[in-house]
Amino acid sequence: MASNNYRHAVFCAIVTLIISFPILGLNLEAQGVNITLTGAKTSTIVAIFLAAGAVFVFQAFRDSFSGLLGKLPKLNPLADKEPMEQSKRVKLESWILTGIVVLALFWPFVVSRGSVDLATLVLIYIMLALGLNVVVGLAGLLDLGYVAFYAVGAYTFALLSQYTGISFWMALPLGALLAGTFGLLLGFPVLRLRGDYLAIVTLGFGEIIRILLNNWTSLTGGPNGIGGIPEPTLFGMEFGRRVKGEGNTSFHETFGIAYSGEHKVIFLYLIALVLAVITALIIRRFMRMPVGRAWEALREDEIAARSLGLSRTAVKLSAFTIGAFFAGFAGTVFASKQGFISPESFVFLESAIILAIVVLGGMGSQLGVILAAIAVTILPELAREFSEYRMLIFGAAMVLMMVWRPQGLLPMRRIHIKLNRQE
Amino acid sequence: MQDLLYFSQQLINGLTIGSAYALIAIGYTMVYGIIGMINFAHGEIYMIGAYTALIAITGLTALGLAWLPLILIVALVCAIIVSSTMGWAVERVAYRPVRGRHRLIPLISAIGMSIFLQNYVHLAQGSRNIGFPLLIEGGFKFGSDGHFEMSLSYMQITIFVTTLICMTVLSLFISRSRTGRACRAVSQDLGMASLLGIDTNRIISATFIIGAALAAVAGLLLGMYYGSVDPLFGFIAGLKAFTAAVLGGIGSIPGAMLGGLILGVSESMTSGYLSGEYKDVVSFGLLILILLFKPTGLLGKPEVEKI
Amino acid sequence: MLEVQNLSMRFGGLLAVDQVSLNVQEREIVSIIGPNGAGKTTVFNCMSGFYKPTGGKILFEGKEVQGKPDYRISRLGMVRTFQHVRLFTQMSVVENLLVAQHRHLNTNMLAGLLGTPNYRAREQKALDRAAYWLERVGLLESANRDAGNLSYGQQRRLEIARCMVTEPKLLMLDEPAAGLNPAETQELNQLIVSLKEDYNVSVVLIEHDMSLVMDISDRINVINQGRPLACGTPEEIRQNDDVIKAYLGEE
Repeated sequence: MASNNYRHAVFCAIVTLIISFPILGLNLEAQGVNITLTGAKTSTIVAIFLAAGAVFVFQAFRDSFSGLLGKLPKLNPLADKEPMEQSKRVKLESWILTGIVVLALFWPFVVSRGSVDLATLVLIYIMLALGLNVVVGLAGLLDLGYVAFYAVGAYTFALLSQYTGISFWMALPLGALLAGTFGLLLGFPVLRLRGDYLAIVTLGFGEIIRILLNNWTSLTGGPNGIGGIPEPTLFGMEFGRRVKGEGNTSFHETFGIAYSGEHKVIFLYLIALVLAVITALIIRRFMRMPVGRAWEALREDEIAARSLGLSRTAVKLSAFTIGAFFAGFAGTVFASKQGFISPESFVFLESAIILAIVVLGGMGSQLGVILAAIAVTILPELAREFSEYRMLIFGAAMVLMMVWRPQGLLPMRRIHIKLNRQE
Repeated sequence: MQDLLYFSQQLINGLTIGSAYALIAIGYTMVYGIIGMINFAHGEIYMIGAYTALIAITGLTALGLAWLPLILIVALVCAIIVSSTMGWAVERVAYRPVRGRHRLIPLISAIGMSIFLQNYVHLAQGSRNIGFPLLIEGGFKFGSDGHFEMSLSYMQITIFVTTLICMTVLSLFISRSRTGRACRAVSQDLGMASLLGIDTNRIISATFIIGAALAAVAGLLLGMYYGSVDPLFGFIAGLKAFTAAVLGGIGSIPGAMLGGLILGVSESMTSGYLSGEYKDVVSFGLLILILLFKPTGLLGKPEVEKI
Repeated sequence: MLEVQNLSMRFGGLLAVDQVSLNVQEREIVSIIGPNGAGKTTVFNCMSGFYKPTGGKILFEGKEVQGKPDYRISRLGMVRTFQHVRLFTQMSVVENLLVAQHRHLNTNMLAGLLGTPNYRAREQKALDRAAYWLERVGLLESANRDAGNLSYGQQRRLEIARCMVTEPKLLMLDEPAAGLNPAETQELNQLIVSLKEDYNVSVVLIEHDMSLVMDISDRINVINQGRPLACGTPEEIRQNDDVIKAYLGEE
């Protein structure tokens, strides 16, 4: 037994060396046309061997390790406890959410402009993740091309503003509706596919839309993108130093205060906040409606749901369309915030980031998704040197989550309707 | 005359790329045939194969080795070893613990793995693309009409021949060897095979190793053919190869070969007659159409829904 | 009201169901019996629209329904249960019954978001009907528990209640007594008879154990190896030589 363990441990250590040394330990460097091969820094080499050593030790004494782990307190203190009673949990969750919103309202007035800008981005991600959560978490459909609908929203605003001078407030519902329509049209043929095929097909759709945006230069400007997208106005008041739109006034003149670039940033942040709250509330409401139950039923047991008269296509399509709708919403805000968009913002990686947020947040759980969106967006900003490793850690985290807790950090419990009877 | 020459040229180019796609597609189709999951990280295994081969070629050249066949063979062996080991490790770490759970869970795990490996190479080797040295130069020239000259390069011949050898060895392995027979048994009925005393875990590992080895071969070939590699090298190629596998009928090895060739040709025809930018659109469009209208592919078996 | 004519179902080279015919009148309990693997469930899968039969016709209230999508057949009033109970285990008991009433509810998104009176009224009506049926099958106390936490017998009853809230005309039960003890089976039989007597529902019942259905069936169809073997009243079946042979030959 023991020698078997040793052999396995040596084997695993060698595997570690093989998969890490050539790629990590030897660096290719292009110098003009020539390529040279240099050894990595000593520290990297040492790290590789340390890693192999660690794997060896772990595998050799695996039995004693797992014994020790069993004695350690559980990672999740709630794991053994009875789940909190539903009414209590719902109340707690609403309190936390309200707390976050109140905090978010004061946020822009106490921090720097850069932080507000970042917070706006977080809110956009929250909207996106909440929307994707409907598709993946509630309806159980893996959509890998979600970013396409985000792009539809953003490009709708950008193009309409370029050609017709449409304002943000007009573009917001239009972008969302158009993205929703796209979801409806794309979803209709593909939603009868089995889960993993659906994932790949949506990925294909996402890529097609990106390639079209990139190459249809006459309309979309191709890789150069579209600029000059206007910011939102407040009852016809603009936040720029000079008024651009016809018939508009400027915010600082109307109120007789000095011009400050911060007004605009804060205003955009507040809009994003309101929209994110609306998104969360609407989706929360959906979860308690017949359609929300139908999503869950179809996800749990498709055959039983169909035998009860639920149309698979109609139910899935509703989730897909609603998800796309909110992506369009977020896209419009994003276009307005950046003032400039290009296909580079809508690559597969972006879909993967949003998916990672949903997965980490506990598929289906709103609070979890919101917290995950905050963490995923802000952590890389807090530690700059860490941002390089961001995607590496995302990937690893997704694998770990699937292996360890596929239901996410805050597992979802949809709010159940109760039957209250007086006897 | 020129039309015909041009057409034949596109056909040759398409078959070249297509046979390399087929090599990668085998990995998808075998894994799907056995455990019913899409190994989303397979494209990254192929990319790592290409990087390893380039590292080996550069290293050997720097050591003063000049005999080309030896360089190529050593590079190939290195690529196969690293990729196969990677394939084995990926299965152990990311797929085995989630095997048998809901279909989407292994898929999300695989997507995570794909992102991880992409960034692993990105961090180690940088994000810029690195040129692959042109080792096999020249080729045959055919009928020219003064404007257009059709050619078949030695590189293309190398790709054809290598693919042919790999496919033959694989077919022999699957049909003759003990492990190959066990592979077929497991892909027909995993539960039954394990009752009959086949170590299914070993067979699944073997499948990943074989798929990864073939992907490494494709990595070296296409790396040389395209002339450069970068960390995103595997992503699109992986999707293309997956399309090829689905086109031919996922789970079927001859299907993967056929699918690869069809995809390669339709792609090169698109770039030849339409525009290179839209070749990806055509292959994704093809994927979507097949899944919609014939999800079992050209050579796949129909599936009956279990109730 | 239901007439199955020469139904055949072929999977590749295997002919699972061969020329099976069946008819059900209003307020009648008809059983399909046969040894394991005789193709009974395949007949059900064709009738409920999960499989597209390769031959024959299925007429429900005079209209051809073979090959129609499953959810449409269910909406026509032919609802089934499953051999292995299929509940939404993570939803509460009452929600299982609400999902079944999906098409009776106001599913207009806007109405739901705004909470219009019509929406609320229908939601309340669905809750009332759910409560009625829960009481009927003795599960009212468990209404807010997760369906997955019920005992096996309770799950069986919940599955029937879930069919009944859809207000079906024809109920198809696939081995409803499987895994139940004799007392529970007795209770179940009473329930099935009362569905017919009190709610005017016709019932098609699959069972492989003959003795269970003898008392409650009006007529019995026996199939063996996908082919019809006999049909008639329980008394006739009991004395049919072919049936006796098929059953004795198996055991």
